[in-house]
Amino acid sequence: MNLSLRLTVNGERREMTLDDPRVTLLDLLRERLQLTGTKKGCDRGQCGACTVLVDGRRINSCLTLAASHDGADILTIEGVAQGEHLHPLQAAFIAHDGFQCGFCTPGQIMSAIGLIAEAQAGDDPERIREAMSGNLCRCGAYAGITEAVLEAQKILKDTKTERAA
Amino acid sequence: MNQFDYVRPASVAEAVKAASTPGAAYLAAGTNLLDLMKGGIVQPSRLVDVTRLPGLDRIERLADGSLRIGALVRNADLAHDEKFAKHYPAVAEALLSGASAQLRNAATVGGNLLQRTRCAYFYDTASACNKRSPGSGCDAAGGDNRLHAILGWSEGCIATHPSDFCVPLAAFDAVVEIEGRNGRREIALDALHRLPGTTPERESVLEPGELLVAVRLPASAKSFAAHARYMKVRERNSYAFAVVSAAAGLVIEGGVIKEARLALGGVAPKPWRARSAEAQLAGSAASDAAFRRAAQAALVDAKPSGNNAFKIELAQRVIVRALTLAAQGTPERVPALPASPFSSAIGALNV
Repeated sequence: MNLSLRLTVNGERREMTLDDPRVTLLDLLRERLQLTGTKKGCDRGQCGACTVLVDGRRINSCLTLAASHDGADILTIEGVAQGEHLHPLQAAFIAHDGFQCGFCTPGQIMSAIGLIAEAQAGDDPERIREAMSGNLCRCGAYAGITEAVLEAQKILKDTKTERAA
Repeated sequence: MNQFDYVRPASVAEAVKAASTPGAAYLAAGTNLLDLMKGGIVQPSRLVDVTRLPGLDRIERLADGSLRIGALVRNADLAHDEKFAKHYPAVAEALLSGASAQLRNAATVGGNLLQRTRCAYFYDTASACNKRSPGSGCDAAGGDNRLHAILGWSEGCIATHPSDFCVPLAAFDAVVEIEGRNGRREIALDALHRLPGTTPERESVLEPGELLVAVRLPASAKSFAAHARYMKVRERNSYAFAVVSAAAGLVIEGGVIKEARLALGGVAPKPWRARSAEAQLAGSAASDAAFRRAAQAALVDAKPSGNNAFKIELAQRVIVRALTLAAQGTPERVPALPASPFSSAIGALNV
């Protein structure tokens, strides 16, 4: 059973044929598009390491079939920096020690980009922690992660205000 | 994961036809179904992807004052709809207390209602489970069952229904619209899920091919908006299923309860409406004594199904807390820690 699939991945249009409908979005990214920045942790929607943005919304790419997303716009960790310039969240994760081993970090950063876009948490650290609860960090870098999200959100907001001014 | 045919119908009628063959299952976001398929717990031979069906992703206010929520509305979109959260705050709080932000962004309203139990023995294909494999027995009985049911269970199955969303929906008389081969029908949400009895493999009253297309909240559900809460005790404070939860709604005039709504989660094979407690509360003062009496009434038929007698006491305390907080008034905004009985560490950067 062959399924044709059109996706925009990190701004690039991709057309492909799926020979198996069982391929998850995560496996498509990692195994077929060689975008291995998105990590496979639990593969069951419990750890958040596979978080990507689909049409601007953060979801677990392990718990969704690639076939369901024909026509979608996908953003992965490989697509967030602008050339040599890190995304403000990437820079903030470094500045605030938001990781140790780094395995969960792509998922953490994609989740935080989604969180900021959702605009529900504001600058309340409690709301940010709650909104990041779908991303587990085995190293326990949560304190730095919260600080990084707060700082990046402020930078992104200030940049937006400057642009508007 | 087993092999399956993947079909993407263009209309509800096509979907119903495609899903009416034995072995077919509907696929929406798949946050529960794909997890179950990866574990080999369910093995559908055909997936009918309904995510592109037109018209099922709308939130509509109907002329009679009711609200119609399409089955494909995402949990996060519903919870963050400002009007929705204002009119049905306990429902929004329940939604936001469930799963994670990523899962709520994907998971649909219809999928939430029809999700399967999280009983570990149902998930473990090496265990006996009458729900997964009818007639095989129940390894939860006599197993690790401290989180299992205390109401509505049977000898054959002691699993609980895991949904938070369904609990306030049951309390506020939600109705579900179902499309099938013989047209459309609607039933009370309270009648959607079946008690296990001797057939725990049949969890809902849906017939093969039937598709849940919408949930409606009647106009009356809005009258509780000023005094409505969802309270949920879990083993960690976020991203966990309920050990016990309660949705409470009150209409209070001059300190007297005119009308009360109460339903429990995490305690039974279905969202558990506590009608006798509601009847007790109506007409009494909004007092601690009244809340305690109501809590007792709600659990009067409860029986441990294993090492879970503590849930009977815990459920009563959760009810009293939910009613107390509801009486105090719905907060302006869903709290930072939705439905949590623990106070928020306001201002703390790291805890």
